[in-house]
Amino acid sequence: MRFHNEKNSMALLQISEPGQAPDPHQRRIAVGIDLGTTHSLVAAVRHGVAECLPDDEGRVILPSAVRYLEGGGRQIGHAALESQGEDAENTVVSAKRFMGRTLADVAGHQRLPYDFVDQPGMVGVRTRDGVKTAVEVSAEILATLRFRAEDTFDDDVYGAVITVPAYFDDAQRQATKDAAQLAGLNVLRLINEPTAAAIAYGLDEGVEGLYAVYDLGGGTFDISLLRLARGVFEVVATGGDSALGGDDYDQRFASALLQRAGLKTLEALTPRERRRVQTAARHAKEALSGVDRATVTFEVDGVVHDLDVDRTEFEVATAELTATTLRLLKRVLRDAKVSAEDVQGVVMVGGSTRMPVVRQAMATLFGKPPLTNLNPDEVVALGAAIQANALAGNATSGDLLLLDVTPLSLGLETMGGLVERVIERNSTIPTAKAQDFTTFKDGQTAMAVHVVQGERELVSECRSLARFELRGIPPMVAGAARIRVTFQVDADGLLSVSARELGSGVEAAIVVKPSYGLSDEQVAGMLKDGFATAESDMAARSLREAQVDAERMVLATESALAADGDLLDAAERSAIDALLARVRATARDAGEPRAIEAAVEALAEGTEGFAAARMNRGIRDALAGRNVNDL
Amino acid sequence: MEDGLTLQATDFALFGLPERFAIDLARLDAKWKQLQGAAHPDRFATETAAAQRVAMQWAIRINEAYRRLKDPLARAAYLCALHGADIEAESNTAMPTAFLMQQMAWRDALSDATTLDAVDALSDEVTAAREATWKSLQAQIDDAASVDWRAVAGTVRGLMFVDKFISDIDRRVDALS
Repeated sequence: MRFHNEKNSMALLQISEPGQAPDPHQRRIAVGIDLGTTHSLVAAVRHGVAECLPDDEGRVILPSAVRYLEGGGRQIGHAALESQGEDAENTVVSAKRFMGRTLADVAGHQRLPYDFVDQPGMVGVRTRDGVKTAVEVSAEILATLRFRAEDTFDDDVYGAVITVPAYFDDAQRQATKDAAQLAGLNVLRLINEPTAAAIAYGLDEGVEGLYAVYDLGGGTFDISLLRLARGVFEVVATGGDSALGGDDYDQRFASALLQRAGLKTLEALTPRERRRVQTAARHAKEALSGVDRATVTFEVDGVVHDLDVDRTEFEVATAELTATTLRLLKRVLRDAKVSAEDVQGVVMVGGSTRMPVVRQAMATLFGKPPLTNLNPDEVVALGAAIQANALAGNATSGDLLLLDVTPLSLGLETMGGLVERVIERNSTIPTAKAQDFTTFKDGQTAMAVHVVQGERELVSECRSLARFELRGIPPMVAGAARIRVTFQVDADGLLSVSARELGSGVEAAIVVKPSYGLSDEQVAGMLKDGFATAESDMAARSLREAQVDAERMVLATESALAADGDLLDAAERSAIDALLARVRATARDAGEPRAIEAAVEALAEGTEGFAAARMNRGIRDALAGRNVNDL
Repeated sequence: MEDGLTLQATDFALFGLPERFAIDLARLDAKWKQLQGAAHPDRFATETAAAQRVAMQWAIRINEAYRRLKDPLARAAYLCALHGADIEAESNTAMPTAFLMQQMAWRDALSDATTLDAVDALSDEVTAAREATWKSLQAQIDDAASVDWRAVAGTVRGLMFVDKFISDIDRRVDALS
């Protein structure tokens, strides 16, 4: 009943609220999800205000922990965390650290209590329910949050904005999107965590100017510099470390405590002891954010140790980490060609920014106290919810414009293992750039393309994203072929690369997705392999998905026709009407998804010209200085 | 259907700006945001695949033009290309002797600079030289009765060396700080 009442009151409110879709039936449930290393949240705009959605016990935070039980069951969140001590190897926490990573990439994996499986593409963890990757673990968390939102609104979730660390590379972003797909979420957009925080902060406080967002979470660190102006959030530069966070402060502090007590090193402890020492260190860290002294209690080799610690001891043990964040911050200022004095304020995001040492470092650098008035745990999810609401078409268009950048340079391997950069870091996305290459041997008919990401000059020091070979180049003398390699980074920050031979007029092209991305078949395979939270009937699920997609496309086309139908002549209009009717009829009558997908694809192809004409009108109006809202 | 701007329009036409070297950066910035406000894929997140594809192409094109117009070197090279005077960055490396001497002196100064202060001083000198080159480009392109595009292309080639050297200086600053 609670949900029913809530819906009615929302419908009434919407009529009087500016910035909301006028028709309550058209309002779509769009959520923002902060998929964090240690905990995750879901938020949505309700009654015009973004808020985090609580579970049925009133808690907004969902610990990012999944425990795999006997018989295929799972515990997710608090329950998983509570039983972690007794079943560590089947309880996956901080899965975000393994996203799009091989075993070799995961620093300190020897200290973790898992049976790792070093498989190509992405490391897995062997649990009693089989090998699980971070994609599958994260999908469980995302699905849990999706169900929470659906229970709250008593309605399907139309789409979600998922946040990722700004410094996530392509493989990590791909993996996150795969996890969302596996959880049955329609991903409206991946956005960067500091950008999401800036949206929440900027709209809440109505500020303008140059702001830094310092985001220190459980496992990742980001720094973004944004120019805020009337609904436009322009990221000027970004930097960070996708493997530096509060967890590392716990480890450093735990190591220092063991050393002071004259005990063996953290690495030499049993997994169980290690976890207890680290947990004790974390509790002390949290306490020391509020008071100057605390007591740490932990057990090693059956002996209980009580240590008195003060804040200075913690700060000394972790000074190197704080210094690293400052160094990365200064690099971002240099990239943006601004100095600390140009920055109007620094917004603190992530639970780890509760540490006084971090706040003090910001105050010293910028000469003013950092901005801490929004809850650092919630601000990212809130910003994501605001953007999700806008993307779903619930807010009036023109309200919000995000201009984000790609965090790392993208390039190709050239002769001698050197990197030729194609797209520079801090390029505004979406972006594309082509680079021409040629053959170096007479009669060469194939060319290897190796795509890398990173700032170093040597291929071996950058991250390898994909390798593919362009074949079928007509034999020519060396240097005569013209091979154009095109890099494209979309609005989610995801890369695709294509290569084509232009010289002879014969074209060969290939499009690659970086190697960490899962193919549709692999995702379908994972779903089949007993993904606990997915509906059991795969066929019913994919039919439903095709119908929802068809419905979406019909609605989108109808609203485009309502807005810009005058661009079409009678023949063009009736062609589109026929395609629409076909989609509607197929979605209603066809019992299988393929036919529906074909009708939707035909509609997409048949409206290509209309879409181009509409864009043309939009661009012309924009040039004339008019806004869509003024028409 | 109506005619209008296409993806093939020049950067200047796309931004509704005069085809000149001197540029009003505030206006360029405002236009960029206006255009992205109309074309960005975020505006089409609920639309058909066709509309999303078109939005992506336009947003990419707008960012490309913005990046090129914002950067004096890229803008000057682009103007040369529009007027049929290729920069030939790879094949044409002939530079006046005085220019090459200056380059060598700067390179030596950078090798000898071991402190941040020394690198900063060099950076100030080279940055001033770059600004002087921008002024000369403006005189050659915007103020001349008839533009000698081959001569402009020569100035642009020199500017490429200077820009490259400034990024080397920046890297040294990175290493020292």
